[in-house]
Parts: sequence; structure tokens; C-alpha cells
Amino acid sequence: MEILRFENITKRYGDNTVLDNVTLSIGAGEVFSLLGPSGCGKTTLLRICGGFERPDSGRVILDGVDITDLPPNRREVRTVFQNYALFPHMSVWENVAFGLKTAGMDAKRIAEAVPRYLDLVQLAGFEDRKPGQLSGGQRQRVAIARALINRPKVLLLDEPLAALDLKLRQRMLIELDALHDDVGITFLFVTHDQQEAMSISDHIAVLRGGHVEQIGTPPELYEAPKTSFVAAFIGDTNFFPGTVRRVEGDYCDLEIEDFPTLRLYNDKKIREGGSVHISIRPEKFMISLDKPGNIKPNTNLLQGKVEDVVYLGAHTRYWVRVNDWRVAVVKQHYGYALDERRITWGDDVWLRFEADNAYMLDRYAEADENLLLLPDTEEEAPTPPDASEAATASTAEGATASTVSGTTP
Amino acid sequence: MWFKKASNFFVGLPTFVWLLIFYALPVLIVFLLTFKPVDSAGGIGAGWTLSTLCELGNPNYPLIIWRTFWLGIVATAVCIAVAIPISYCLSRMSSQLRNVFLMLIIVPFWTNFLIRIYAWRVFLHSDGVFKHLLVLIGLADESTVLLYNQWAVLTVMIYTYIPFAVLPIYAVAEKFDFSLLDAAKDLGASSFYGFRKVFFPGIAKGVWTAVMVVLIPAFGAYLIPDLVGGPTSELVGDKIAQRVFNDRNLPHASALSALLMMAVFLPLIGTVWIRKLKSRKANAEVADA
Repeated sequence: MEILRFENITKRYGDNTVLDNVTLSIGAGEVFSLLGPSGCGKTTLLRICGGFERPDSGRVILDGVDITDLPPNRREVRTVFQNYALFPHMSVWENVAFGLKTAGMDAKRIAEAVPRYLDLVQLAGFEDRKPGQLSGGQRQRVAIARALINRPKVLLLDEPLAALDLKLRQRMLIELDALHDDVGITFLFVTHDQQEAMSISDHIAVLRGGHVEQIGTPPELYEAPKTSFVAAFIGDTNFFPGTVRRVEGDYCDLEIEDFPTLRLYNDKKIREGGSVHISIRPEKFMISLDKPGNIKPNTNLLQGKVEDVVYLGAHTRYWVRVNDWRVAVVKQHYGYALDERRITWGDDVWLRFEADNAYMLDRYAEADENLLLLPDTEEEAPTPPDASEAATASTAEGATASTVSGTTP
Repeated sequence: MWFKKASNFFVGLPTFVWLLIFYALPVLIVFLLTFKPVDSAGGIGAGWTLSTLCELGNPNYPLIIWRTFWLGIVATAVCIAVAIPISYCLSRMSSQLRNVFLMLIIVPFWTNFLIRIYAWRVFLHSDGVFKHLLVLIGLADESTVLLYNQWAVLTVMIYTYIPFAVLPIYAVAEKFDFSLLDAAKDLGASSFYGFRKVFFPGIAKGVWTAVMVVLIPAFGAYLIPDLVGGPTSELVGDKIAQRVFNDRNLPHASALSALLMMAVFLPLIGTVWIRKLKSRKANAEVADA
């Protein structure tokens, strides 16, 4: 059931169009995230919902009622502000009770409700503190309790975790999720952090430059990004342009310049001769020193040389040179990494990935390459083509210690 | 460590000495003079006496003291009431516009105080612009006298002291976090409720400063009642001046001055003390929790 709908919202500041005909539908009880880089219009959309900005055109419908023209104090939504905006001269108790007082509730019922909500955010015993005497996480909880106490139809959260440090942010994220399960109020969550959005949301709308790029569940956005922007903004990926050759049932061959031809699942049903950009997530590649045996049909096998390594504990990121391309690869460490012969700089490696694990994009823009962790830059030192080919050929059967020492910078 | 303490001491010393010699000492002298007799040559007599204090019971005085207080308090209240919305608007303006308006508030100070009061005398005069305007729109008749009464004194006092009220309140309001007003509205507060419950407490410090800055000179006002007031609107300030310049009775002037000072100091000390008690109590509660 739909609780909140943005209908064709457009907002301009002078010549600058902040929101361009945005339409969104948010279901009751879900956590819906507005995700995008700064300047994408996500905060403006939230402020329009809160009543602090007026759209130039379009309507905001809350639970079937048009609230576009209502002032903030007459909307059944509450905001958790980015800086929390707690009233500094009031105690925690008074801050939380504020919304009930404005609603004209009598003192006795306020005195019953406030402790309940302080319990909910685990702040019992902090009633008499002033906001200045609280830590960042506690302040945020006060802001949440204060916003929830009126039981709004939608809770708007404006980058609520941005002011907290990493560990606390992760903990508050889990707490927020648990809180959402407790109260069952719809959360509209604004963030620029894709991990935050992925971990808490039922649905995410990716915004960019004032329009909605894609709406979907977190796995949908990650596995099936429609545009290169979504693919690059959420997680890391590899982009390849290619021309479709030889369509065989659901599969096709994709011819890529200066790259081995790939066998792919043709989910866009592109005909022979059509061109397309694909996105392959780094973890879809299996990297190995030895040539993998037992290759299933519709599996691609590539040969390359490791150029960059970033060890991250649970996994390692590799950038592997395959012909003229740098391919980002992630290897998960299932085993005890100290005992393994680790793949390192200069190693000749095999990359394997299955035809089903790539995704064809609807739209590609070259600028989105800049969002990748390590963009494939032009000023890379060019290696003589025959030299690298010779090196690949000589060590093709498997890596030895000598290949490491033979690395050229 | 000792060096830092010593240097702090020496840095503060000149201010301390200055305050002691030119502030604390004269105040003490004024208080002491209250208990001295006056001699026939207009000087200070020998010995100590309480007779000056008894003379304050003069039936003229209660009325004058009462008038001084209520004019001072009303002038202060009006100044604050006007200064708060002005400060609110100033601090929400764009910085260019704000500078223009701040200049408009400050520029009149560059004109001599006396000249500005004389300007009011011209303005309120029986043949002045304002009077004719009032007659024209039928709010006054030809016989109305606008000058030489307590209303004239009050008007000019308010005019004079408004910038003194605006500046300290604006200084605090400018640092106010206006997203708090958004938060108040978000939580269902009307604009006025938010203004009263969130903005006003936020600028309370500035308001207190403004009250002090306006109330003290208003109580001691002498030039304004002297120039635009008449015999029916004399204030304590006039009486002090008369005792000094006309009667040459310094103990009597001192007694009146001491009275004014106490009228300001006692409530001030009282509020500071109450606030201290409150904050100590709040801290103790936090420590308990």
C-alpha cells in the first residue's frame, strides 16, 4: 500500500534545476532511500516533503491527501535533521515532549509517553541532560525519539549518520533497522553513502542531477543496474563496450576491441551487429594462478597480469591487465590467507567468469568511469605489445616465484 | 606553570587597577558621602550622620523615584520588544542587506547626542511638524502640548536607547541556529510558538545584556528629562544634578545616586545568585544520574 507519492516534482533555483519531474511512490512501512551524490536533489526532495521548500510544480500526496500546500507544522511527517537540531536550552525530556506539547496533549499523557520513547531509543535515565551533555550517538537517538513520538506517517531522515564515526555509524544503522521493525513507521532515508542505503532499505531511488536514475531493491540495483552511473555509484564494476556477434539462443558473443571475445547472456535480446555496454562486477571474476580445469560451457577464460593489489583482510582487490584493458577483480579469502601462495604484483593469472554474470546497460556515459575505484587512466605507461605477449606466453602454464622477480614496473 | 600564572596576572593587572581606581573607589566614595553632613560652604562636613538618608523621605521623592522607575522600565521594555524582531530580521537577511541596515542603526550615533535631542525638541514643538500632522489628521487640537511632559521623555528615551538594545541582541541572534525553528515547525509548532519557545530562549543572554545596557542609563537619565521634560516629569537624575549644581549638597546627591545604584545592583545580584543555584542544582542532578 502506498503511503507517500511524489508526482512530477520540479524545483528550480534560478537557472539551476534541482529536481526535474521526479515521480516516486513509497510503500507503507518500508524503508525507502534516496541515494545520490551531493547536489543530486535528494535533500531538496526531503525538504519538499517536510514542507520547508515548495516545488515549482508537482504534488506531494501523503496517504491519499495532497499536502503540497500545507505548512510544515500541519503535516503528519517528522524530520530527523542532519545536525539533529535539538533545542539546546531544553533537557532531553523537554526535547522529546515538544511535539506532544504542540499537539496539545495534556501533561499526564505526555508524562506517560515520553519514558516509553526514551526506552525505545535506550536513553532512559538521560531525561535531565541537556543536548550539550550528550555524545553524538545519544543526540541522534534523542532526535529520533522526538520525531517518532507523534507517530508520524512518514519519518524523514536527512543523512542522519553523516556526523558519526564509522563504527558508531554501523551500530546506529543496525539500531535504526531494529527501531523500524519496532515502530513500523515508513522511513524516507536520504544518504550519499551507498552502503548505508543498501543495508537498511527495502527500496532505493538513485538520484542524479535532479532526476531518478533507477528505482529498485538493493540487489536489483546492484545486479541489474540500468545505467553506467548506477553500476559505478553502487559498488565497483568494469565497463566494456562491444558489438554483438553470433547470437545462440539466450546467449551471444560480444566482440570487444583489444580484448578477448566474451560469451554473455543476452538479456537485452540484442541482434547481431548491435552494440552495447556491459558491466561486470569485480567479484564475478574468479582469479587463479593455475589454469582452471573443468570449464563449464558458457564460461569465459581470460589471461592477464596483475598490476595492482589492495589487500583488505576479508578480500583482496586486484587490477589485472588483459590486453589493453585493466580489469578490477575481487578475491574473497575463504582459506587461511597466510598459508596460501598469494597472488601478487606481476603474477600472470587466469580470470574466469560465467556468461550469466555480466549485465548489459541501457545507458552508458564515459564520465561515469570516474566513479570507479581505480579509473583506467590514459597516462598508464605503455608496455611494448610483443614483450607483454611473450611474457604471457612463457608463464602461461602457471606462476612461479621467478615471475614475481621478473616484474617490470 | 608559575610563569604562565604570573604572566596572566600581569596581563590582567592594568585592567584591575583601572577598575579599582576609577570605578570601585568612586562608588565607595559616593556610598560613604551619603553618611557625611554637608557644611555651609557646600563642602563635606566632619563626622558622620544619617540625616541625609532621612531627607530622602521628603514627600517629593517617592513620586520622582516612582516616575524614574516606571519610565526606565517601560522604556527598556519597549526597546527590547522592538529590538527582538529587528534582530531576528537582521540575522535572517542577506549579508549585504544586513550591513546596510546595521549602518542605518549605527550612523545616528555619529551625530552628537545633544543635537539629536534638540532635533526632537524641534520635531515635537508646538509649531513642529509632528504636532501639525496630528492636528491635520484630527488626533490633536491646537492646544495640545507634546513637549515638556513624561510622554516626551519616554519617547526620546526609547529613541535613544533602541540601538543599545538591538546590538547585543543581534550579536546573539546572528549566531542562532535557525534550523532549530525548522525543527520546531516540523514538530508541529506554529511560527509564534517556535519563536517564543525556541528563538527567545536562544537569544535570552543577549536580551539580558540589552536590559542591563538600557535600564542602567535609563534610570540615570538626566539630559533627556532636562531638555524635553518639564517640572512634572523630573527624574532622579535631574534631582541629583540639582543637588550638585544648585544646592551644592554633595551628600544628598550621593544618597540619591546610591539609591539608583542599589535599585540596579540588588536585582542583578539576585538573578545571578538564583541562576547559579539553578545551574548547580542541574549539575548535581546530572552527576546523580
